[in-house]
Amino acid sequence: MKSKLNLDPEKVRLARQLARRAGEPVTQLARTHTTTSIERAVLRLGGLDGADADGMPWVNRVVDAVREATGLEYGVALPVWDAMVSGGYPDLRTLAEQAAAGQVKFRLPAGSEAMAAREQAVRSVERGVAIIDGQRALRTRMIAGLADPPYPWIYLIVATGDIYEDIPQAQAAAREGADVIAVIRSTGQSLLDYVPEGATREGYAGTYATRENFRLMRAALDDTSRELGRYVRLTNYASGLCMPEIASLAGLERLDMMLNDCMYGIIFRDINPVRTFIDQRFSRQVHARAGIVINTGEDNYLTTADAVDAAHTVVVSQLLNEYFAVEAGLETWQLGLGHAFEINPAVPDSFLLELAHAQLVRELFPGAPLKYMPPTKHMTGNVFAGYLLDAFFNLCGLMTDQSILLVGMMTEGIHTPFLSDRDLALENVRYVRSAAGRLGMSFQPDAFVVERAHRVLDEAVGLLRRIGTDGLLAAIGDGTFGVTKRPPDGGRGLDGVIARADGYFNPVSKLLGDGPVEADPMAEVLGGEPE
Amino acid sequence: MSVADLVRPYGDTTGDGRVQVSFTLPVPGTSAAERALAEAAALQLAGKMGLSPAMVVHAKPIGPSFTFFIVYGQVNHLVDLSAVEVPSREFDLLSPAEVNLRIRTALGRKLVVVGATVGTDAHTVGIDAILNVKGHAGEKGLEYYREIRVVNMGAQVPVSALVARAAAERADAVLVSQVVTQRDAHLTNARELGVAFRDAPEFAGSRRPLLVVGGPRFDPSAAASLGVDKVFGRATTPGEVASYLVHALAPAGAAS
Repeated sequence: MKSKLNLDPEKVRLARQLARRAGEPVTQLARTHTTTSIERAVLRLGGLDGADADGMPWVNRVVDAVREATGLEYGVALPVWDAMVSGGYPDLRTLAEQAAAGQVKFRLPAGSEAMAAREQAVRSVERGVAIIDGQRALRTRMIAGLADPPYPWIYLIVATGDIYEDIPQAQAAAREGADVIAVIRSTGQSLLDYVPEGATREGYAGTYATRENFRLMRAALDDTSRELGRYVRLTNYASGLCMPEIASLAGLERLDMMLNDCMYGIIFRDINPVRTFIDQRFSRQVHARAGIVINTGEDNYLTTADAVDAAHTVVVSQLLNEYFAVEAGLETWQLGLGHAFEINPAVPDSFLLELAHAQLVRELFPGAPLKYMPPTKHMTGNVFAGYLLDAFFNLCGLMTDQSILLVGMMTEGIHTPFLSDRDLALENVRYVRSAAGRLGMSFQPDAFVVERAHRVLDEAVGLLRRIGTDGLLAAIGDGTFGVTKRPPDGGRGLDGVIARADGYFNPVSKLLGDGPVEADPMAEVLGGEPE
Repeated sequence: MSVADLVRPYGDTTGDGRVQVSFTLPVPGTSAAERALAEAAALQLAGKMGLSPAMVVHAKPIGPSFTFFIVYGQVNHLVDLSAVEVPSREFDLLSPAEVNLRIRTALGRKLVVVGATVGTDAHTVGIDAILNVKGHAGEKGLEYYREIRVVNMGAQVPVSALVARAAAERADAVLVSQVVTQRDAHLTNARELGVAFRDAPEFAGSRRPLLVVGGPRFDPSAAASLGVDKVFGRATTPGEVASYLVHALAPAGAAS
């Protein structure tokens, strides 16, 4: 791709180096800690499913029992598979039922017993990881056998609360032209410290993310994909207190994209920063293995902060998300970095400013499937003005070659979309694409746009320098992102963070290649040694 | 009533009564015969809505079983302005900027809000929708307001802990959300809250914080009987809560 903004490659490289410098201490934190949700994800990949009569998942019961008996400093795997070996349980479910009844004495095995437990643990989670690998291979085969839609992918949301209502709506949306279906989660699921079980028919402004709901929707979209002759992708949310478990379930049930931001839960859900960074690293390792494209949530910053003043915080967050993602093993094609069209339309030259920001992001991350989000903050209830604004959003997205377009609704902020809202929104996209889809090729930004892009990059570099000096956790504590202050010891979930002891063992991390630090994962992106 | 008080919609001529509506019918509209039936159905609906004459200006099938319509028509209804009643509101709805300004002007410091769900209720959906930045119903939560300091204690907080925290934080207001209503637990808990704050030694001799409870099953008129200051029912938005807080705690015209 030829640069239209003439960005200085040295400055871009510097920005990445600074992002890495800011992120490295946090990565170190993630390497030396675990969380209750990571340990539960280990059990899920080891084959433990289901919930007790109260709906509390067995993985929660077992992790709680192990925590009480031996602590989690060594991980849940050693005590659990030691109990499996020494207790002769036929499967994890039986062990879980016995453990919940207080009938299992967990201990930390040593010597040959530890070796036997390790071996069993690895064997069990290998089966889980093999399912993830199988799902990834199946996705590849289906795309090869059907067709992969060209960019920009059209991304539509369903959110009825009832999975059995969501399914026909999602299928209808795919038939109307959606390439990606996202099922919005029930409000506040991110704050539940367990993943609900089974098919669910009631939710608050969304549908619970459960393994069974994932399975049902993916199966329905497989049918529709075959009907339409193109692979329709499914998206959900790996965020909140159960991020590592939901990432694992997404891999097991072949979800294709997952919302997975390094800071969203911290800023917008008041989840503890340390917990979030530890959980997101594990989640991203799973996503990397599963071939899942992550979507980051920078669009959210612009709903609280001003989209012009805070434009550089979006770029900073994207660079941090890129560093954390690549460090965890994700490849460039998996980085659906987010941004949004949220400048107040009353600002003079607002469209030119949007073009500058969108083109800047495009040129900073040329290989990444960027996710571009439509206006929400300035959708006022005037549906006519909203429809026009959405058309300009579509135009900006096409002119700057964005990869995933979340389709804007003219009734944004009024109600969950009517059937006709979605249809009109797709008509809008189709018109702009057919009328001006090739405009990107001939579009040459003028000096105003170029200067604006350079200025945002300069501000991003300045902020990254400050974060590198103060530390990322301190910056988050200062309200750098989304105008919201989140101190490192505040928020939910800190009680689920455990420092790893020397003999910590996690059979999943081992399989996902989280060994000792070897080659610099950022070397390729950076193209050289840090200064 | 005078003639000047009688109005009807204005299209391009006084009194023409012209309006536009759009809707979708669960009726197929793909073939010519289907379309004819669908349009006739749309016109009949328009007539029943009081549009006469009415004209379908746009009809488009959405998938195999729905049709979308845009209809223009003339309403013959009149509105008598002298007989229009404006529902009175206890407080004005303010934007976040207005809320912040009122707090700055009246208090000269941040307004402190402590929130929780109490008793056995583990549902934080309600309190989080009101407090978290993410917010609810298109409105940002109270954390978004620069002049409000939010302490969210989460779920299943004992009332005694809430009293202690409210005192320690010098809370201006305490927000409690209750979703579980088994055996009227929400009412029992709300009363317990009122009593605990009334009798708390922490607030002996000083003004206790404003007590606000909310949840989908509450009756908004029950504040006095529960011993709290304000009750919010279902579908309450963060903006309404913020507006009420400044109405009660940072009245217009007051200066710090």
